[in-house]
Amino acid sequence: MFATSMKKSFRYLNKKKYLYLLLMPGIIYFLVFNYVPMYGVIIAFKDFNFAKGIWNSAWIGFENFRYMFGLSDFYTVFWNSLYLSFLKLAIGFPFPILLALFLNEMRNRTYQKITQTIIYLPHFISWVVIGGILVNFLSPSWGVLNLFLKQLGIEPIFFLADNDYFRPLVVLSSVWKDSGWESIIYLAAIVSINSELYEAAGIDGASRLQRLWYVTIPSIKSTIIILLILRLGHIMNNGFEQIFVLQNPMNLGVSEVFETYAYRVGILGGRFSFGATVGLFTSVIGLIFLLASNRIAKFMKEDGIW
Amino acid sequence: MNIRSRGDKLFDIVNYTCLTLFALACLFPFFYVAAFSVTPYNEYLANPLKLIPNKLEFSAYTQIFKMDQLWTGYRNTIIITVLGVCINIFLMIITAYPLSKRDLKGRSFALVLITFTMFFNGGLIPNFYLIKSLDMYNTLWSLVLPNALGAYNLLLMKNFIGNIPPSLEESASIDGANELRILFRIIVPLSKPAIATFVIFHAVTQWNTFFNAIIYTSKRDLWPLMLIVRDMVVDSGGVAKDVMDAGTSGVTEFTIKMAIIIFSTLPIILVYPFMQKYFMKGILVGSIKG
Repeated sequence: MFATSMKKSFRYLNKKKYLYLLLMPGIIYFLVFNYVPMYGVIIAFKDFNFAKGIWNSAWIGFENFRYMFGLSDFYTVFWNSLYLSFLKLAIGFPFPILLALFLNEMRNRTYQKITQTIIYLPHFISWVVIGGILVNFLSPSWGVLNLFLKQLGIEPIFFLADNDYFRPLVVLSSVWKDSGWESIIYLAAIVSINSELYEAAGIDGASRLQRLWYVTIPSIKSTIIILLILRLGHIMNNGFEQIFVLQNPMNLGVSEVFETYAYRVGILGGRFSFGATVGLFTSVIGLIFLLASNRIAKFMKEDGIW
Repeated sequence: MNIRSRGDKLFDIVNYTCLTLFALACLFPFFYVAAFSVTPYNEYLANPLKLIPNKLEFSAYTQIFKMDQLWTGYRNTIIITVLGVCINIFLMIITAYPLSKRDLKGRSFALVLITFTMFFNGGLIPNFYLIKSLDMYNTLWSLVLPNALGAYNLLLMKNFIGNIPPSLEESASIDGANELRILFRIIVPLSKPAIATFVIFHAVTQWNTFFNAIIYTSKRDLWPLMLIVRDMVVDSGGVAKDVMDAGTSGVTEFTIKMAIIIFSTLPIILVYPFMQKYFMKGILVGSIKG
């Protein structure tokens, strides 16, 4: 019995050997570059020492977490990360939807295409370059904006050293950079809406705004919800590169978020166990947000992500 | 009837105006950077908002062309871009094809394994430790392999291949071709638009490599372009200043920084007009519904 089933699976494997052969490197890749680091999160529960390696370092249980929750820095970083994320969510999430809705209403297709091409561009430029432009354009000594303000008789403002300007700058620059690109997915969803729905609405005498509200938006609702859930799963990620390039010692009080903090303590400070603890904490919170929002979507009878 | 068309017209005017303004806002910073890089500094100080300078001055460029670091950065970035794209595309194709076979045993397990990586990762330190353990720290491999295959794009590619009509494959398999031949003779040529899209995406990602480089490299001669750019353009104490202190020309730090930005972004700006036609091709449409 066992022998025949073995034989059967062997025959199956032999028949499909090329497919499995092709699949192998990819699977190994994910195991090595994704699952080994997942196993590596146990560094957070150890007194990790490079020389000893993960296995031989001593277990210390939740000691690192106890230490982390006792730090006042931790709460500042937590607050900064969440505040910035929700601010980005509140402004940066609806904006691409609006862009897609209005792009779709452009009747001149050539003009529409040109507009699209232009607004996708900033997405392809690195944050380092965008940050470089921002830092220099906002510089109190030679920045365009301050030179302009000076001509108007206004004292120069050191925008990136001022805590009040940091968050708006981060939100605005990320909306500027990515919302054009993010509108693509909504635009694709809008394009696939059955045109009969619009015709029916037109016969009923619906105005353009009414058609937007009663036909377009309900039709792309599931796309919006799926992207919202995915975004909530990344609620603890503020985008390392953006924050890092705009960060300086003067705005650290509002600009330090988990990603930059983990880098500072873990890599620069060499406190690997503690860095891993911070990282694990943010991953788990992100996963909780993802699962919870998916659950809520299902509860409200919407399509979740699975 | 009249009221509706008037409302329509108003809607159009507002719509076109707002979108045009947004598009201009997306372009203007780049125009200004380009303009400032060739504007004499005193002219800039006198009239900072002027887009076209009276006198063009290219000395900032002659200055930065002498910076060895910039060239090393360029070389490193080109290496990791070319190598990264080749490995990424190859791995993606050979993995996506078997995953597109609905009847393959173990497929759903593999898909769960892959999808899960989109929602949970080990984080910075375990990844750093992995790179150290693999002896890839301070090598260009550390800027190529850790993001050689991403779950999201792989699943898009899988969906794309899955949408190719099976009849095209069947005729070949009747002729006795095995899956390897089918993949490279039939599937790959049919997937050209998808492959082109992913080549572009990954090339841009690799060109903009920054995060991995700041974590996995500490030697300056391994730095990719973006790390050099940060050092010279974002950090005030950067190299641009050293060059100034050496002070052979009258070019200012600001003008040099603008020139570096243009120089490091040029390849993307140059290929951008050719890549934009791939953006709206089916690939993204299939994704969200799948």
